[in-house]
Amino acid sequence: MRHIISILLENEAGALSRVAGLFSARGYNIQSLTVAPTEDPSLSRMTLVTSGSEEIIEQIVKQLNKLVEVVKLVDLTEGEHIEREMMLIKVRAGGEFRSELKRLTDIFRGRIIDVTPTAYTVELTGTGDKLEAFIEAVGEGTILETVRSGVSGISRGDKALHV
Amino acid sequence: MELTGADIVVRSLRDEGVEYVFGYPGGAVLHIYDAFFRQDQVKHVLVRHEQGATHAADGYARATGKPGVVLVTSGPGATNAVTGIATAYMDSIPMVVISGQVPTALIGNDAFQEVDNVGITRPCVKHNFLVKDVKDLAETIKKAFYIATTGRPGPVLVDIPKDVTAQKAEYHYPKTVSIRSYNPTTKGHPGQIKKAVDLMLSAQRPMIYTGGGVILGNAAGQLIELTRLLGYPITNTLMGLGGYPATDKQFLGMLGMHGTYEANMAMHHCDVLIAIGARFDDRVTGNIEKFCPTAEIVHVDIDPSSISKNVKVDVPIVGAVDVVLRDMIRLVKESNRQPDQDALGEWWKQITEWRTMDCLKYDRDSAIIKPQYVIEKLYEVTGGDAYVTSDVGQHQMWAAQYYKFDQPRRWINSGGLGTMGFGLPAALGVQLAHPDATVACVTGEGSIQMCIQELSTCLQYQLPVKVINLNNRYLGMVRQWQEFFYQGRYAMSYMDSLPDFVKLAEAYGHVGMHIEKPGDVEGALKEAMALKDRLVFMDFITDQTENVYPMIPAGAGLNEMILV
Repeated sequence: MRHIISILLENEAGALSRVAGLFSARGYNIQSLTVAPTEDPSLSRMTLVTSGSEEIIEQIVKQLNKLVEVVKLVDLTEGEHIEREMMLIKVRAGGEFRSELKRLTDIFRGRIIDVTPTAYTVELTGTGDKLEAFIEAVGEGTILETVRSGVSGISRGDKALHV
Repeated sequence: MELTGADIVVRSLRDEGVEYVFGYPGGAVLHIYDAFFRQDQVKHVLVRHEQGATHAADGYARATGKPGVVLVTSGPGATNAVTGIATAYMDSIPMVVISGQVPTALIGNDAFQEVDNVGITRPCVKHNFLVKDVKDLAETIKKAFYIATTGRPGPVLVDIPKDVTAQKAEYHYPKTVSIRSYNPTTKGHPGQIKKAVDLMLSAQRPMIYTGGGVILGNAAGQLIELTRLLGYPITNTLMGLGGYPATDKQFLGMLGMHGTYEANMAMHHCDVLIAIGARFDDRVTGNIEKFCPTAEIVHVDIDPSSISKNVKVDVPIVGAVDVVLRDMIRLVKESNRQPDQDALGEWWKQITEWRTMDCLKYDRDSAIIKPQYVIEKLYEVTGGDAYVTSDVGQHQMWAAQYYKFDQPRRWINSGGLGTMGFGLPAALGVQLAHPDATVACVTGEGSIQMCIQELSTCLQYQLPVKVINLNNRYLGMVRQWQEFFYQGRYAMSYMDSLPDFVKLAEAYGHVGMHIEKPGDVEGALKEAMALKDRLVFMDFITDQTENVYPMIPAGAGLNEMILV
């Protein structure tokens, strides 16, 4: 099953490679990983999407907790949560398709952020499913380039991951 | 007081109470060596290879419970140390390794003797640091000792660029440090302990299974008290030997791949398994699908990630083993409950029957020296009171099976990583820690040659280690597997052109002995032990075809042993 693990870790050189190294050394899979500093500059927040059986996820959580630089973590998928991912997608936009692409972008609540005579670059935010639906709607042949941020997540309600 | 980084390193070690540092100098650590030269409180032991430094520090740590300390230079100094660091990591041995690094400005430049020490050691240390500012140096060293020795212990590396050792900073060695992201649990959950004790007291066929955690956690006293209080059978893992007295009637011997028939059968048939400071290693469980099929399992461990890693357990308890055992003893006493004595009597009757298999029997009348016989005689001659280190292979298993360890920290071997070359340098570290004790290194002609250069270190520091070389001219464990599983195709397991070990020992300034006849074994051992101030290298020419029994082949359960 797919799990989103949110981690607060010391904002130190090497912390990221310790997490990445743990996953490769123990053969765990990483679907996406994002990391950036938080409002407290001594801490980074990492969101890691992985999948595995209940036993494997339990081990992943325990092994992550064992890393000295990991301050706190939560498996967001255990409770109500919100996940978002951002995609920038550059699409060939010529002829009739140019206006169709504009309409599609509106339907998906995306924004066109760069325009050339032959292409649009669209910014789109949402769950992974939504981003994939947009890719499918646009049609593979017309896509020049995509870049995705990886998943960020946060729990619903008053619960918060903090020190 | 302002000190240079080099002086800060040495002063920090002194203030940490470090007795010995095992090391080897080189360019990046020359400032630190100069600081060593100008003091005499922390003693430096010059090994002959950095692998030897880590194993010696490791042996010292295992024998004393104090952290072992290593100092190596950058590049090859650090890479040579990696095998020893990984060895300590797999067996959870507290160790602090200080490695030199090229000057800060050259890092990443492919400078002379540069290697990414922090990167290379990351998967085999508990934690590591690169110190880029001399102001952080003392505190980082304190943190290294704190992390290495608390929770589940392990090696910690501190990498120090050469320029940092030359810069100056105010010296202050903190008495304590706290790390917000590192707070090991010590006290077990009271509810879980209560649940465990209830289950333990209701057992019909109980079994206690303990590992290296009991040794590392200094919990042998509590383990003995609880085991005797309950009257239950107990087995130790390879790493746990000495945690419970081997000569006690409740002890069933070691379990696992080369464990005793009675220990493995009792594991297989028990209804409640009490696992303490052990990690259900594959060498212990055999085929996991067939492991303890009828048991409910209690597992006490300080490391949450050891629990339910290989085997799903019913009552997990995270905590320091001594603390949890003390709580268990109290609860058993307060409960006024007795184990079911009828059931327990039946269970012991069954175990006694298994014991009659006499699974460790071997041909005592052989005309060729049997390796088991050498270990039995070693046990007798040393009165069971020696520190025994070993290398890795058949001799290691025979030492574990036939030397009866009654005390913790007496049996010192590389269990997790299985590092050949461990025994001699480890013995050197043990002998330094216990100058008056008998320290025997049980080894084979394969393993001993992997770190034989440390014979030179033993001479320099007058360390009278007794080397017991079980020489069968084969890489015996490899040969055994080839005999069993490769139809006797002995690929590269025969060692031709072995050195004359007697002459070799003599060339290093030691005493060498060559023993070929079973009748000479005891006399030779007595003679060697009488040479109290000399290292004696005993080369026993043993039976080439002897195998380690019992054996659980790959894929089999604990009840499916190959017996003699």
